[in-house]
Parts: sequence; structure tokens; C-alpha cells
Amino acid sequence: MSDQTVHASKVRDGYNFAYLDEQTKRMIRRALLKAVAIPGYQVPFGGREMPMPYGWGTGGMQVTAAVIGEQDVLKVIDQGADDTTNAVSIRAFFTDLTGVETTEKTEEASIIQTRHRIPEKPLKEDQILIYQVPIPDPLRFIEPSEVETRKMHALEDYGVMHIKLYEDIAQYGHISTAYAYPVLVNNRYVMDPSPIPKFDNPKMDRSPALQLFGAGREKRIYAVPPYTDVKSLDFDDYPFEVQTWEEHCVICGSSNSFLDEVILDDQGHRSFICSDTDYCRGRVESQAESPVASNSDRGVDK
Amino acid sequence: MYVAVKGGEKAIRNAHDLLAKRRRGDTQHAEVTVPQIEQQLSFAVDRVMTEGSVYDRELAALAIKQSAGDLVEAIFLLRAYRTTLSRFYTSEPLDTANMRVDRRISATYKDLPGGQVLGSTFDYTHRLLDFKLLAEGEVEGVEVSGVGTAQLSSDEISLSEPVPHVMDLLEQENLIVTETDQQKTPSDITQDPPTYPSNRSARLQSLVRGDEGFLLALGYSTQRGYGRNHPFAGEIRIGEVDVSILPDELGFAVDIGTIEISECEMVNGFTRQSDGEVRFTRGYGLGFGQSERKTMSMALLDRALQADDYDEERSSPAQQEEFVLSHCDNVEAAGFVSHLKLPHYVDFQSELELLRRLRKESQSNDCEGEV
Repeated sequence: MSDQTVHASKVRDGYNFAYLDEQTKRMIRRALLKAVAIPGYQVPFGGREMPMPYGWGTGGMQVTAAVIGEQDVLKVIDQGADDTTNAVSIRAFFTDLTGVETTEKTEEASIIQTRHRIPEKPLKEDQILIYQVPIPDPLRFIEPSEVETRKMHALEDYGVMHIKLYEDIAQYGHISTAYAYPVLVNNRYVMDPSPIPKFDNPKMDRSPALQLFGAGREKRIYAVPPYTDVKSLDFDDYPFEVQTWEEHCVICGSSNSFLDEVILDDQGHRSFICSDTDYCRGRVESQAESPVASNSDRGVDK
Repeated sequence: MYVAVKGGEKAIRNAHDLLAKRRRGDTQHAEVTVPQIEQQLSFAVDRVMTEGSVYDRELAALAIKQSAGDLVEAIFLLRAYRTTLSRFYTSEPLDTANMRVDRRISATYKDLPGGQVLGSTFDYTHRLLDFKLLAEGEVEGVEVSGVGTAQLSSDEISLSEPVPHVMDLLEQENLIVTETDQQKTPSDITQDPPTYPSNRSARLQSLVRGDEGFLLALGYSTQRGYGRNHPFAGEIRIGEVDVSILPDELGFAVDIGTIEISECEMVNGFTRQSDGEVRFTRGYGLGFGQSERKTMSMALLDRALQADDYDEERSSPAQQEEFVLSHCDNVEAAGFVSHLKLPHYVDFQSELELLRRLRKESQSNDCEGEV
């Protein structure tokens, strides 16, 4: 951190820094250490009620609260965007209860809490990416019982997962999982990457950043340490592939970022924009500086 | 086109202002006060305390006011407050035999030591809307003092005497399985993540905090044949009990206050025990304040979840521990259901892309077929 770092401003009266009491933070940090030591393994932790509903990011918030310090710079995104309502709400919560600096710029953040996306801009070694996780167990939709799935993970009994993917191919000609696509971490545990689009899966592999996952309602924490192998499950003859679009972002013209579809009218007109708003803005700004870049790709698609 | 997404911060602020306005309602009517809620909506307060797991009538009433009467929301408010509180002690076990009973009934014995005391209850009321309550101010005919004790037996029995448990009477005859203290520190489900199969203390704690409606429906399902356990309401008692703690430095227990609780003990169908004898089984329910429906449902479920103890086949939802315990918490359930309101653009876009690709491929396959 540079010397010019602004120290955290005041925390709301009557509350501890980052809401949780220090004892609880310690408990979460112990779980995080275990999670980092066993990449992809789901560590049970004594999840607390947070002042936001379960399912709205309480797991990610508890992890953030446990690791955040006064010098951190926080970025919060939901669907890739900094200004979606829940990202706004979570960012306001941490501003109120930690006073830390916040940013929308991926490269400036030391902690990024996310729901459903990994930023387009590659992450760095000193960054922590914290995922909000609804259902931590990738086997849950195949086997609803926790007693059973814990056994399956312990025995590396992942055959059912491959059968599920195979049945998809048999039925649709493709693996029909488009998000929350299961990955094999460090060649040992099959892990749910949280409901990110499979487009983002390759970004997890050997990422220099520390990736932490918090599931509040299910009371599980797991982690992918920096430079860990993360492989999306596939078959030799049906290799893993990510989504592609024929369209380009109508704002920045990007043709290699994840695009959100925007319905323009009731005639079926629609256009596509980057889901990662910071990435999109960054591209627009750099294009303004060097007007050579072509914007001819822009257009509305029917 | 970005405007719709961008206005987040301001929209949230305005939404909260609108909520405050809705909560207050028409200002020509007086604002409802927290003491009024605490005193006059006592069943709501009791439910919020039970499922919010804090015994504090004032805070529960405040939560009900703040949530504009949405009890699941009020329970959530109280829970979120509870997590910030320090824990000083685990209390000594409550001695419900020494309860000062306001209500005590048994459906298994016509008369019994301590007597049947109806107390305040909706039972035997005719559910006819009482239009007198529409009138403002004090209503004639509502006695606020000097109401009798509503005992069924003709002899007045002193309610301050300890009232023995019906279950104790059955235990003395060795007719029912006994509840034994395992001498283990009870689990604390608010501190430790759930593990399955869970122990009895964790299970009972989950059920106490569990949603009344969910427990009621599952308890009801056991009566309709989905995991029947032949229940009798052995005893329901409601009243005040002392709470005591045992500070390490003192070495003896100190009373720190009294709380009102409801307790229900069900006598359930008998089974042959490991010693070869046949005995009744039992289920237990407890809640803060007057929470009779909740405690009865809880007792039915507690028994249903003992299926493994008696080598019963777990064939119905009410008997599946993981199913019941991991879905009974309404703060968890309401949160996860409501999160569907959050944006899912990215996941939906991923599905759209896949669906379009599959359709395109099947169309081009059809074309090839025609050539």
C-alpha cells in the first residue's frame, strides 16, 4: 500500500469494525485458513445472521468482513456491474461499517466482492476475489443429502457428475450447464464456482489472485489459492468451451467480453452491452484517448 | 439504456422512504406505540421472540412495528440484532415442574394432580367476528381485573404449588421411555454449523427457531398418515419459570429473572424397547410466551425425527432430519426465496445463449436432412 493511502473514516456508532465481533472474525479466518490449505474443500463454519437476507450475499459479506482492514480498497459487483442495486447496498454497508475506500476500478481494488461474475480485467497477486455462493456443493442437484455428498467428496466419488454431463450431451448434443459449471480444483475436489457463467471459468485457472467463496445460509467456506489448477469438467471428445456472441458491445465495441442482452422495444429489437461495466468504461476512455480505434462495429441487432 | 440500471443508489433511498410512509399509514390515525404492540398483540410478540430466539418483549414489539406487522421480517430483524449480542452464560436447565402455571391441560387424563387449568385460550371460543371491538375506547363487558382462574375441577387448587408433569406419572409406572440427561454440553446452533445426523439438542433448537407454519404443516402431515406416530397431548403447560445461571466465581446458581414459556409433551405410540418391554414414546415442544400451536407441532416433529431411534422406516418428509431441519428456518428460507428478485442477467444470458445455439443446430440439422 502506498503512503498516500487514506485511512478509514469513522465506523457507525455502536458497531465493531466490519460489523462482526472479533471472535466471530477469528472463527471465520480459521475456516478460511483451512479452506486455503485444502483447495476446493468445503469447510463448515458458524455462519452468523447478517443484517441482509440469506441468499443476498451474507456468505461473501462475512468473508469480506473477516479479511478487510482499514487500508483495503473495496470493489463490489453484481452481474459484473458496480451499480446494480445489491452491489450498491453491500458497498454502502461496508462504507458505513468500515469506512474503507471503495472503487469501481478493478485494478485499484484490493478486495473485490462479487456475485455471478469475474472481472474481465485479469487479477493480480495482491488482490482477493470474494464470491457470494448460494449452493456450495456441486453435487447437491444430483444428491440432495449432505450426509451423502460429504461421503462422495471424501471418496472422490465423482462418477455421477460425469454421468450427468454425459446425459446432457446424449440429450442436447451439448453440456447444458451454462453457469455454475463444475470445476476440478488442484486435481482433487470438484467445486462449484458459484453461479458465474462458464465464460468466466478459465479465469479461475492459475489466477494470481486469492479466490475465497462464502455461502452464508449453507454455512460453508471454500477457497482457491493463487496459482492453483482449476479445470472445468469435460470429455476428450467434448472439450469445455465458453459462450461466444456474434454481436459486439454497443457501447465499447468489445467482441470478447461477456455481453448482457438489453431489450429495446416490444418489436424484438435488442442490443448487447458488456456485463462488466468497469471494463466497458475503461475501453471507452482509452478509445477517447486514441481515436484510431474503430467504432464501426456498433449497431443494433434485430 | 444504462439509466435504468444506473439509478440504483437513489432508487434504493426512495424505496426506503416509501416503505417508511407505508408503515406509518394515514397520519390522521394515531401512530401505534411499541407498548401497545407488546401488550395487545402478545401472540405476535411471542412468535417473534420464539423464532427470533431472543426473550425480549419490547424488542420483539419494536421489530413488529418496524416490519409493519410482517412477522417473518420481524423475526429476521430480531435475529440480526441477536447475532451482535455478547453471550455471558448458558443458563441452568429450566425447571418446568416448578412453573407457575397460567394454563395446564392434559388430553390423556380427565383429572390429575394440579388439575386442568384452561387459562387464556382461543379454544372453545366461537370464531364470530366481535364487532364490539370496532368501537374505539374501552368496551363494556371486558373484565380486566378479577377474572377467575378457569379451572375445570370444582376444587380450587393453589396454582402456586409445583404441578407434577404428566410424563413423570407415566415414567413412575415405567410405561413411557424416559428422557435422560446425557451430561453433555448442549450444541449451540447459532455458533456451530449444522451436521447430520444431528444430536437431539441441536435438533430441538432448530425446531424452536423453525417456522411455525412449516412445523404445523409437517406435524399435520404425520397425523394424515405421512409418518404416523399416534400422538396424545399428554400435557401442555404455559406459565412463568425462573431462569438461573451458575457463575463460575460463585459456585451456586443465581436467579436472573423469569420468562413465560409454553411446553408441550406428546405421548406417542408404543414400541418394544431393547429390554423387551413395551413403552410409549414421546415428543417434546417448547416456545417463548404463549405459543401453543408451535409447541404442539414441534412435539409431533420431534417424535417423527426419532424414527432411527426406534428402527422405524423413514418413509415420509416429517421423518427426514436433513429435509426438516435444513428447511424449517424462515429467515434462511425467506432470504433464499426472495433472492430470486435480485438480478440474474448473467446466468439468464448464459442460458439464452445455450438455448439459441441448441435451436440453431437442430434447425440446421433439419435442413441437412431435407437435402
